[in-house]
Amino acid sequence: MTINPDLQGRSYPAAEVYTVGREKIREFAQAVKATHPSHFDPEAARALGHRDIVAPPTFAIIIAQRADAQLINDPEAGIDFTRVVHADQRFIHHRPIVAGDELVAELHVDQVRAMGGGAMITTRAEISTVEGEKTATTMSSILVRGEEQ
Amino acid sequence: MAITLADLETGQEIGRSSIDLTRLDLVKYAGASGDFNPIHWNETFARGVDLLGVIAHGMFTMGSAVQLVTDWIGDPAAVIDYQTRFTRPVVVADTTAQPGQAGAVIEVVGVVGKVDPDNSTARIDLTVSADGQKVLVKAQAVVRIW
Repeated sequence: MTINPDLQGRSYPAAEVYTVGREKIREFAQAVKATHPSHFDPEAARALGHRDIVAPPTFAIIIAQRADAQLINDPEAGIDFTRVVHADQRFIHHRPIVAGDELVAELHVDQVRAMGGGAMITTRAEISTVEGEKTATTMSSILVRGEEQ
Repeated sequence: MAITLADLETGQEIGRSSIDLTRLDLVKYAGASGDFNPIHWNETFARGVDLLGVIAHGMFTMGSAVQLVTDWIGDPAAVIDYQTRFTRPVVVADTTAQPGQAGAVIEVVGVVGKVDPDNSTARIDLTVSADGQKVLVKAQAVVRIW
């Protein structure tokens, strides 16, 4: 199976709304061993000027990987998920993600580069609130290993 | 004590941390993040794809390493940009029979990489290693300092 080179430049529109819950922030924070009180205690978050508890800096990966799934599961893409390796990741926060946010992500395939028998695919998820306020931009490169790699 | 830009200079160490992890931690991260790739919890599957054993999610390593920065600056929302490359997997040994014993240890050291007064930001460069070898490269967090 080969990666479809025409993927570059493709985008996937915002799909389902992701509602950021307090318990999900707490669960994710515990899972990355974060202990800062503003991830857990609304009062501690408000004391820092936030509306509600604050997501850790990499929380947006949940939303970004849901958006990526649209590409990975696209039969036209030709991606074998069992051969995918995460190569790099970046998060740019336009404003903090807090509990109660209702977010959507628009996915862009920025680059597809052939590498050996596989390909390096760079995607960008533009995450915003349902009202259209820009929240975060995430960028991710995945290496899809070729059969001989 | 609030940190100000004037307190910072390039090369200054902001701190270091040591993160113990077990396979249970990977199962928790899988559930919290929604990434259930079996290479992160199934030994047979991991070895079947030529890994040395169960490996940590790259995003677990990235996500846990940045706590050094958020705790130092005092507000997770101050981290406005965070990136890394994943270069080497963190193999997590099965310590189920030795409760309390880590299956891997991630070591993090944070250093001021750049101070940018025009944008009121500082870039913190993280050196992240396991078993004496770097597992992340170009791990950089930009923090806004008010």
